[in-house]
Amino acid sequence: MAEYTWPAAGDRLHIGKHISRLDGPVKATGRAKYAYDVNRRGMLWAIMVQCPHAHARITSIDASAAEAMDGVVKVHVIQDVGTEIQWAHDEIVAVAATSEEVARDGAAAVKIEYEVLSHFVNERAVDEAPDAQPAQAETTGDPAAAMASAPTKSSGSYHVAQIAHCSLESHGQVAEWQDEENVTLWASTQAISGVASQLGEQIGIPASNVHVETQYMGGGFGSKFSVDRWGVVCAQIARDTGRPVKLMLDRDQEVTVAGARPSTHAEVSTAADADGNVVAWDSKSWGSGGPAGANSPPLPYVFAFDNQTHAHTSVPTNTGPARAWRAPRHPQACLVTMRALEDLAHAAGMDPLDFFLKNIDKTGERAGTYTEELEKGAELMGWRDRWRPRGSATGTVRSGLGLALHTWGGRGHRSNCEVLAYRDGLVEARIGSQDLGTGTRTIIALVLAETFGLGLEQVKVTMGRSVLPASGASGGSTTVGGVSGSTRRAALNAVDAVFERIAPRLGTEMANLELRNGQLHFKDGSMAAMPWRQAAALIGVNPVSATGANPGPGQLNDSGVGGIQMADVSVDMDTGVVSINRMVAVQDCGLILDMKLAESQVYGSLIMGVTYALTEERVFDPHTGQMLNADMEFYKLAGIEDVGEMIVHMMTGPGYDERGVIGLGEPPVIAPGAAIANAATNATGVPINEMPMTPERVLAAINGGMA
Amino acid sequence: MAQTRYPKTPREEQPEATVDSAETKARGPFSRRQFLRGSAAAGAASAGLLSGILDGAEAQGEPGVAGPGAVDMAFKINGKAYVATLEPRVTLLDALRNHLDLTGAKKVCDRGTCGACTVLLNGDPVYACSVLAIEAQGADVTTVEGIGSPANMHPIQQAFVDHDAQQCGFCTPGFVVASAALLNRHPNPDQDTVHRELGGNLCRCGTYAGIRAAVAQAAGGGTTNG
Repeated sequence: MAEYTWPAAGDRLHIGKHISRLDGPVKATGRAKYAYDVNRRGMLWAIMVQCPHAHARITSIDASAAEAMDGVVKVHVIQDVGTEIQWAHDEIVAVAATSEEVARDGAAAVKIEYEVLSHFVNERAVDEAPDAQPAQAETTGDPAAAMASAPTKSSGSYHVAQIAHCSLESHGQVAEWQDEENVTLWASTQAISGVASQLGEQIGIPASNVHVETQYMGGGFGSKFSVDRWGVVCAQIARDTGRPVKLMLDRDQEVTVAGARPSTHAEVSTAADADGNVVAWDSKSWGSGGPAGANSPPLPYVFAFDNQTHAHTSVPTNTGPARAWRAPRHPQACLVTMRALEDLAHAAGMDPLDFFLKNIDKTGERAGTYTEELEKGAELMGWRDRWRPRGSATGTVRSGLGLALHTWGGRGHRSNCEVLAYRDGLVEARIGSQDLGTGTRTIIALVLAETFGLGLEQVKVTMGRSVLPASGASGGSTTVGGVSGSTRRAALNAVDAVFERIAPRLGTEMANLELRNGQLHFKDGSMAAMPWRQAAALIGVNPVSATGANPGPGQLNDSGVGGIQMADVSVDMDTGVVSINRMVAVQDCGLILDMKLAESQVYGSLIMGVTYALTEERVFDPHTGQMLNADMEFYKLAGIEDVGEMIVHMMTGPGYDERGVIGLGEPPVIAPGAAIANAATNATGVPINEMPMTPERVLAAINGGMA
Repeated sequence: MAQTRYPKTPREEQPEATVDSAETKARGPFSRRQFLRGSAAAGAASAGLLSGILDGAEAQGEPGVAGPGAVDMAFKINGKAYVATLEPRVTLLDALRNHLDLTGAKKVCDRGTCGACTVLLNGDPVYACSVLAIEAQGADVTTVEGIGSPANMHPIQQAFVDHDAQQCGFCTPGFVVASAALLNRHPNPDQDTVHRELGGNLCRCGTYAGIRAAVAQAAGGGTTNG
């Protein structure tokens, strides 16, 4: 029986190396076909009519003008007269036509009347919220008493705005029915298996008759787990018209209705003893991600104190609903906690690096990792030489340093894989997973090739189709652990199955065979090693097949990482503009399968962090309830010139590798905003407590909090 | 209005740009930035469009306007001839994607902000969402598919692969085209030039470190991230 482990450090063929993603060439040459790119013969384009009001009841729908238009094939009412609409841009009617232009004309010609109802979007004003839902405080120890007797105290208000996912490929799909019982959905999704089940239920056919295909997808970040109402509508129109239908969200819909990261506002008081040990934490938070409000951020974050209390109020608003955004609730909690602790360090007259190290035991089991990472980060940032107390900088443009810690789970999800070995030497993995651009396809190939001792060009990965062995949704940093576990087990089982098949044909025992470096070896030396192709020829016309699953036997993956990040920023005291000079990220994630892809995740996270720290915000007009920047001109993403220099260091080797594979999609995106805010505070000498750190807000802080 | 029109002069007849005169004006009269500036100043790109159509019509000796119904159009894309019958309001991007099945250029913002639809018109990068297809007739259009193929990648495409300058890949075609144009204009760009020339393209996954390194490799320079 196979032993389900990863190869030892000296025996790794591919694992841990810098391997380029296998689908790089098709993406870089524009050949990769995304859902948005699928064009089918006779296909209709569907455009959705949106509600212009933040809260309203539909009183009439007149689609006669649209229906009379040349080229309009179907008008589909999504939400009918009498329905109460809870947010602007909600979809009311879809118009399908023979061209995109006619579909837009048709959508514009649909007349919908509303009874406009009162709305609430200004979730920062928690006292004015009509449906605020306070929760009971969670308390440990006696924070009030500890606070009262402590010599060092600090308090502050910290704010993180609501942001959008703003995936570049908007949500949507192409639907085509093969016959009355079978439909294919080319979907931009993070969850092919789940979408098949959801669509099947909602249109009344077996999930197995829904064929979801996603070879490439243009960004999801947690917003693309569901078939969504527009997916069901697309399939319904395709069934009603007997024609393929493409329905993709327009950009304004993408940033208003297809995903939001909830805001967090918090008032925090902290206290430390004379040695700089944190002795008390008291926080009250509130926030919103739409009609369902927002769950509490995990406060205090990373640290647990002997005396702490936290209470959260969820604030429902008439805005497009929240969806999971990379590391849900963590970036907000990180900003609140790390800013509050930096303020306490300042009150204690300590370098925050010393202060965090002093309190590192309060992080629990990852204290040793954080200590190593802080020391490594300090070295890469030159922290010991360069840090100066808050407000030491002078002149118009002032620089400063800040740091933050984060944590995440990232255990591998449920995954199934089938491995086939063919007599022409090809080895194939079949797995119902999807590659969001994180490199999942490459990871599966790498694990398969590693296990068979082959080159990456000798293996094939078939994925992105819901008919393949089911694998979990790609979210929460669960994919790499899941697919590497199922693929490793399936591949090890397949190697055994190959040996079982060919050993008799070679006149030897299974146990005498070994695959290494593209060759079949005989452990007893009875025969010379033979090339894999020659050995594979003995498999015969029927391929060898074996399966593997995650979870399963052997420790191939684990959960729980810690990471630290440091920021070096400059702030222009006259304009309030924050610029990033350098970001340092030090990250652990267990055994790293592909160092190039792992580093890419961290670089990408730093950049995404810079953009939410400095520019991203869903801005709502309290009077109309409209999002004022439902586009990409004013919903701003950072450009290549905005992100500064980035240094990434992955923790590897003894103490890390033996834990097995742990996910990396979430952890490094958590801390950049907090590190940048701490650095801006250090640079300016005044607390910079709000994200995004727009020039307006930074200037207001510099000028005495006049925002 | 003149600056809102694409250059009729072939690329090779443009004055050669030097590295230190790295200004947008060297890009020709139809740079993306100047197109946007010109459009804004004119209030609408359609003014430029109208004069363009009329110029074309006059050249054929028959005054008139095209549309509003579909009209026959002819394009030269990646060196190949294409014909299509399209309404005059159809953008070059929609013509490529919806009618010619050239889907490398992506539709993201659809209003000249993100650069995912970047293509070359006579060698100059433009946002295909902000050019009408009818105006692109007679121009050499190069899409990402024409820059190179998986089996025969352009050096910048190989560099994007080598430095993992792509994650989801949806912004990648635009960045590849813009980077190829950048390297044509500035064979050895400094970092400021790279930032300025690629500042009209946006990535959501955060691949800028890889893109910097890729451009450096393709330019024959260093290969460090950051």
